[in-house]
Amino acid sequence: MSETPVTDVASSSPQPGGPPSRARRAAIWLRSTHPVMLTALAFVASIVVGGILIVITDTPTRKAARYFFSAPGDTFSKAWHAVSQAYVTLFEGAIFDPHTAFKGTFWQALNPLSETLLNATPLILGGLAVGLAFRAGLFNIGAQGQLIFGAIFAGYVGFAWHLPVVVHVIVALIAGVVGGGLWGGLSGWLKARTGAHEVITTIMLNYVAVYLLGYLLTENGFKRSGSNQAISRIVDSNARLPKLFPEPLRVHTGLIIALLAAAGVAWLLNRSKLGFQLRAVGANQFAARTAGMDVGRNYVVSMVLSGALAGLAGCSQILGTNTAITQDIDAGIGFTAITVALLGRAQPWPTVLAGILYGAFQAGGVTMQSRTGTPIDLVNVLQSIIVLFIAAPALVGAIFRLRGTASTSGQQLAKGWNG
Amino acid sequence: MSAVQTEELVEVHEVVDVAASKKARLISGSVLVVVGLLCLLGFGLGSHAGYEARFQLSQPGARIRVPALVLPARITSIVLGVIVVLLGLWRITRGGSRRAMHWVVGASIVAVVVSFLCWSLTGTRGTSLDLLGLLQQTIFLAVPLILGALAGVLCERSGVINVAIEGQMLAGAFAGALIGTVAHNAGAGILAALIAGGLIGALLAVFAIRYLVNQVVLGVVINVLVLGLTGYVYDALMARDQNTYNTPPGLHAISIPGLSDIPILGPLLFQQNAIVYAMYVLIIAIDLALFRSRWGLRTRAVGEHPKAADTVGIKVRRTRFVNVIVGGLVAGLGGASLTIGSALPFGKGMTNGKGFIALAAVIFGRWSPRGAVGAALLFGFADALQNVLSFIGTPVAIPSQFLAMLPYLATILAVAGLVGRVRAPAADGEPYVGR
Repeated sequence: MSETPVTDVASSSPQPGGPPSRARRAAIWLRSTHPVMLTALAFVASIVVGGILIVITDTPTRKAARYFFSAPGDTFSKAWHAVSQAYVTLFEGAIFDPHTAFKGTFWQALNPLSETLLNATPLILGGLAVGLAFRAGLFNIGAQGQLIFGAIFAGYVGFAWHLPVVVHVIVALIAGVVGGGLWGGLSGWLKARTGAHEVITTIMLNYVAVYLLGYLLTENGFKRSGSNQAISRIVDSNARLPKLFPEPLRVHTGLIIALLAAAGVAWLLNRSKLGFQLRAVGANQFAARTAGMDVGRNYVVSMVLSGALAGLAGCSQILGTNTAITQDIDAGIGFTAITVALLGRAQPWPTVLAGILYGAFQAGGVTMQSRTGTPIDLVNVLQSIIVLFIAAPALVGAIFRLRGTASTSGQQLAKGWNG
Repeated sequence: MSAVQTEELVEVHEVVDVAASKKARLISGSVLVVVGLLCLLGFGLGSHAGYEARFQLSQPGARIRVPALVLPARITSIVLGVIVVLLGLWRITRGGSRRAMHWVVGASIVAVVVSFLCWSLTGTRGTSLDLLGLLQQTIFLAVPLILGALAGVLCERSGVINVAIEGQMLAGAFAGALIGTVAHNAGAGILAALIAGGLIGALLAVFAIRYLVNQVVLGVVINVLVLGLTGYVYDALMARDQNTYNTPPGLHAISIPGLSDIPILGPLLFQQNAIVYAMYVLIIAIDLALFRSRWGLRTRAVGEHPKAADTVGIKVRRTRFVNVIVGGLVAGLGGASLTIGSALPFGKGMTNGKGFIALAAVIFGRWSPRGAVGAALLFGFADALQNVLSFIGTPVAIPSQFLAMLPYLATILAVAGLVGRVRAPAADGEPYVGR
């Protein structure tokens, strides 16, 4: 119980007798906790845990396990079958599917990748939202509520107003950004004015948004008339985000918006005065205040920006992927976005990659569920285990006998309710 | 209450805090005045004159019948509104200590609720409200919230933020249903629920205390993990064969001889199942232990100032470990109340935000067991009211979603300092590197 954090052995101990050979350096790198290495190992660990889960719940495997001692090979082959089937179909749904690739058009072959990017789009935007707030020292657990508010605003403009082509979609996007920004900004304002912790207010505002949406979906003018279900009116075709490729591929311009947003966030954080202030407040609010920065204003600004990005994720959901708002418009993206931001270490371009990885999981999960009957919830398990391992580099180090623990990403964010 | 008892530990802070600042008094007093006026104008003048509000206080078959409570709706609402306004004015002009403020807030909440109920009954003449039924429903809905909130208090008082109450409860509900069904035994199910909740608690403890992972992040990730795990096994196993895996045995209600015949309180509190009685014991035990025992003093010391606690020889990390795991057990029991306690099968994601309402209750109740239980009861009441209001037809239709929002809005108002100041244990959420 008395370990002190291990120092970075790999980079700080010079080798006796000249510089190490290339092979030795590669070996050191492989056994150090470089972020890429760490992510890869976390990925492996999650696949193993997921495999165990599949085996335990697989009916043929359990049947074979009843006569395990008379024919142990049976159990192993059944288990292998179940696990490999699940992961192979996961891959086929996310990246390349040999069953359908050669039957349809060229575009057909790209369908898995398109689905991956389609699922990645809101995750990237949500991940950027959470990550931006992280960098400013704020925990935005409210991406769900902000996404819902963005979707409500964008959706309302989308189906209630009738504007010309191009203009309509832009106005709807702006509305979504405003909606998300307002909902996020509310938490920032509460923190700046009253000191209310943003984790608490964002969690609570998530549920307020959920119930507000539930209420709106029963109201005439918002609800689709003549439908018994809680579903909104249909967004005008003018307000929809155009598709990027021909017919079967569903990926839409929201992806371009997400990439532009990543570039924007990268520029903001690394190149702008505002971004410097945000990071300064995030690193040490007292020092920032001493340096003359308005900490309260920074809280509001970063939560507005964060909420706006989550609002864009809502736009991607309602103007791109779907055409009407339902109660589950969020589809768990708000919380998955937190894991995406963690995996991306709150940096814009790694967040994009993390979003694509989790988008691939999501897309593959659908195919896996429909082809092998392996429930898509497996994806949630894999995603959360990856993040658990990423957040605890010392644990991965211990499991894989790595040297040193270079990054302690979680620690710098550790703050209490009173922080 | 709790504030006074923590004094022995953080004396300086309390001395500063006892007399609320003028600004704080002005804000909280004005809020009360506004709420009182809303009550007076909205519920008082908004209800039809001459209507009576009828509250039934006993069930048809009860041994001792209690006559229904009949109040003149309009006058009651107005009087209660005036009382709340006066309390607000008193707060602004005379102030009062934190302790007095607890009573003021409590009394105001009761006044507002009663005046609301009076108003709601004036929609159609002759409707009566089954108050006893409403309160029974409140207890039923509050049981998981109370247990979840107690789990939160246990964790957070020792300095570990518990956002994973939702996950712990879900794990408990799941394990309770699965094992209870397979073993054909409610007791085994409850035991499994405790273990499952405790395991998730242990996971939280290991990552938060041993690996210093940020506790909010951790809570969120654990929730996703448990949602995924239980959802996976549910779809892969339980949903395919509900009879074999997902028909948990229920618990019988046990009437306590003597006590269960007390009018109103008897049917409300003493005709419940074993989980509810366990909950009573836990409420009293945790409240007593936290403020009257060596363990409680250590827990609070570790949560407020771990370094000081370490200096006098308290093992900070071990204390936190124990508390987080015990918290997990309690939350697991809360989960069991959803399946075994109600004889309901497990459903995917069936906690559905109850863990977060429990977290809200912890915060709204200022991290004290009594406060958290009170808040959980209030939130349970808001939940129960949703069902009732849809039957009685209020003068102005109230969408159920707005009542469902109330716990969350109330918590936001509380942390924003509109009704007194909410302060978490000083070291809540800060990992301790040391022993």
